[in-house]
Amino acid sequence: MPAMATPDTGLTFPRLLLKHAAERRDHPALREKDLGIWQTWSWGKSADEIRALSAGLAALGFKRGDALAIIGENRPRLYWSITAAQALGGIPVPLYQDAVAQELVFVFQNAEIACAIAEDQEQVDKLLEIQQQCPKLEHIIYDDARGLRRYRQPGLISFDELQRRGREFNDAHPRYFDEEIDKGRPGDIAALFYTSGTTGSPKGVVLTHDAMIASGRAYCEFENIGPDEELLAYLPMAWIGQNLFSYTQSMVAGFCVSCPESAETVMNDMREIGPTYYFAPPRVLEGLLTSVMIRMEDASYLKRKAFHYFMALARRVGTRILDGRPVSIVDRAWYALGNVAVYGPLRNALGMSRVHVAYTAGEAIGPDLFVFYRSIGINLKQLYGQTETTVYVCVQANGAVKSDTVGPPLPGCEIKVTGDGEVLVKTPGLFREYFKNPEATAEAVDAEGWFRTGDAGFFDADGHLKIIDRARDVGRLNDGTLFAPKYIENKLKFFPHIKEAVAFGDARDHAAVMINIDVDAVGDWADRRNLGYAGYADLAAKPEVYELIRECIEKVNLDLALDSRLASSQLKRFVILHKELDADDGELTRTRKVRRRVIADKYEKIVDALYGTEPQVQIDAQVKFEDGRSGMIRADLKFTEAKTFAPAEIAGMSRKAA
Amino acid sequence: MMNESPATAASGAPVYREAGGARQIGEVILALENISLAFGGVQALSDVSFDVCAHEIRAIIGPNGAGKSSLLNVINGVYYPQQGTIHFKGEKRHRMDPHKVALQGVARTFQNIALFKGMSVLDNLMTGRNLMMKSGILEQALYWGATQREELAHRARVEEIIDFLEIQSIRKTPVGRLPYGLQKRVELGRALAAEPTLLLLDEPMAGMNVEEKQDMCRFVLDVNDEFGTTIVLIEHDMGVVMDISDRVVVLDYGKKIADGLPDEVRGNRAVIDAYLGVAH
Repeated sequence: MPAMATPDTGLTFPRLLLKHAAERRDHPALREKDLGIWQTWSWGKSADEIRALSAGLAALGFKRGDALAIIGENRPRLYWSITAAQALGGIPVPLYQDAVAQELVFVFQNAEIACAIAEDQEQVDKLLEIQQQCPKLEHIIYDDARGLRRYRQPGLISFDELQRRGREFNDAHPRYFDEEIDKGRPGDIAALFYTSGTTGSPKGVVLTHDAMIASGRAYCEFENIGPDEELLAYLPMAWIGQNLFSYTQSMVAGFCVSCPESAETVMNDMREIGPTYYFAPPRVLEGLLTSVMIRMEDASYLKRKAFHYFMALARRVGTRILDGRPVSIVDRAWYALGNVAVYGPLRNALGMSRVHVAYTAGEAIGPDLFVFYRSIGINLKQLYGQTETTVYVCVQANGAVKSDTVGPPLPGCEIKVTGDGEVLVKTPGLFREYFKNPEATAEAVDAEGWFRTGDAGFFDADGHLKIIDRARDVGRLNDGTLFAPKYIENKLKFFPHIKEAVAFGDARDHAAVMINIDVDAVGDWADRRNLGYAGYADLAAKPEVYELIRECIEKVNLDLALDSRLASSQLKRFVILHKELDADDGELTRTRKVRRRVIADKYEKIVDALYGTEPQVQIDAQVKFEDGRSGMIRADLKFTEAKTFAPAEIAGMSRKAA
Repeated sequence: MMNESPATAASGAPVYREAGGARQIGEVILALENISLAFGGVQALSDVSFDVCAHEIRAIIGPNGAGKSSLLNVINGVYYPQQGTIHFKGEKRHRMDPHKVALQGVARTFQNIALFKGMSVLDNLMTGRNLMMKSGILEQALYWGATQREELAHRARVEEIIDFLEIQSIRKTPVGRLPYGLQKRVELGRALAAEPTLLLLDEPMAGMNVEEKQDMCRFVLDVNDEFGTTIVLIEHDMGVVMDISDRVVVLDYGKKIADGLPDEVRGNRAVIDAYLGVAH
């Protein structure tokens, strides 16, 4: 990549480790809570642990070019395993800890993995289960010995034992570790990330040291990230986003990464660690906001009043203050008061008091959700990238943040948009290839090195990239205007009462939507009104709930009417589904993304009714129960109209409001 | 209640349990001989004899009112039988209070949860250490020197149990606010805090859903495995009993009707009759 031919090429992750171990030996590198107390490993200590671990792997016969599977939650030992494999010229393959055994088979066969590091008994059981199908898998190393004491399978050894053997090996071959690191080249493979793959088998994305370190450096320089940052690693290690922040950037900048005690304690750990640098996908931010809103509803009258008053003020001036734009002295004074009374305590409750840079990515974020965090003084910004680009594409600069864009390209990255709206990227963070899959590689990257993202977008007047949807999901209404379903669905999902929404409009005269209510939020709302209900289906069919959702949809319509490009996408008719969309029924992906085509097929009758005139239609639907049996449920679905707004009407209303 | 296919593993672990080779099941640690217990005219137990070996998981099953909980209360020292003898750790037991039994290393959980609802999980577990605390009220109030060291040691042990039972996220939550399944787990934790050699579990999985049962099974097996604790449990879920226990005692109307390995008990005619009823 000529664009980033910097003098420091020659860096690999193991060399970065040695550099930190020499330069900041006692500076904290990793933290983990053990028996309720945070334990810290300095860079020097980490390097010692990695040296022993690496030699232990070498003693098992792990050598240059071999793949090492790493499966478990964020744990210091698993992070060390990544570097230990890289030090020997091996390829770490982080895997999703919640993957079921059979999902792992393809990866183990594809990467011919002989050696795996597993967090605990749960992961070991999965690996033992697939060992028959993956005969190459010889060694399984476990971190937590709990429940494994009586396992006698050959090739199963504990992490401590591996390190003990490693120390012996190091005594016999004291130069081995350093010599192996010296042999490493920046163009070598640093890691393999398997993408979930909505169609067909997963694809292994091959990333080199060069590409990953280039991406890490780009972010650290862009945000001025140094060794004194604090970060909490709570998302799956197998996800490129988590890896970029908690491994790559920590290795580049030398800052400390903390591992939460368990997945359930993350909120508490956030408050204890007080991270300065934070990353969360929209669904996490959404969950946090919903829990805040529900708790506020339970607060005393005075608190509730104060909260709503100051939140209204924050919405008006908060983001302007954060961006350093002019705000009247009176509003500033009130905002300062709000900061003491509401925003500060709220940031503290969220564990974000010390956050100076927070990112969100993964999917489009509802603008209102985004503005909420910014307005209370959290510098939340958007970035954009894929596993294939090591997330080295776009990021928003401080003071130039917009809720509906992902910002301008990072230095060194080029972007162009094709005629049919697809975004192409050329970046120093580009992957080398899909592992053993040249056809897929050729399809994704053209001869000139442009990577096809599969996303539809365009540049706005300020040079920010605006992603509207997956390229193949964007359609057109019959009047020829653009229809981006996800954009509308995100607007709906900001309402705490709406959990999922599926919008239709491609090749139709108008747009319409299917709604899943959030049974917690709406249930809470119903309880307050003494509205009895038996379960999801019953609650969803209540006329009061229909009225509630209709108000939400009309607010969205009002919003859409303000944008001339989207005014014709207003939702004319809606239905509240009688069941929740579920990944078990194939309606959502495991990461809770809507499977548009499956739903359109499966609920054809409902979609037809959405575009019909009948107020009520009887539907039979097949459901799968958790134990694998399936059954039919029959429901009477009600279809309701929502008000739409002509752009002229809006202009009149906003004049009146002013 | 009767699960016709007990082979379906209720927990993930047992598949490898056998593969691990024989566990070190030791000598007889508890022996009950010809125990009879009556409340007025009600004969709760009549002439029941069985033994428990060190490090084994021993299940007591039977229909409602069979005398299972009474038997547990006899072991526990709450009831003293009118007839029969009990040998615990080789010594013949005389009439004694439950707290003396506890001092000998017996801990239990209850059918109806018996925790301090207003106290946090951590505090509830600390009460399990009560018998091992040496310092008095005054010393504890001053919290200085040896008392402080003692407290820290107990706290460390409790933290290990929290880690073991994976309840870190509710460490400081008042027990009354927890769902039922978690309260059961906390109760197990409190019993473990006493570091028992013999652990009595009265229906540890009652009222739980499938997932909670699986978790609880794993914890029971892990306790047995990690700490070598001998476990006597009463349970109604046959799938669970057949899966995790080494030997099973069956009671019906206060009498022992079967005793042996899970597979033997399952095929026993008297047991099937007791559960399904029989035409007389």
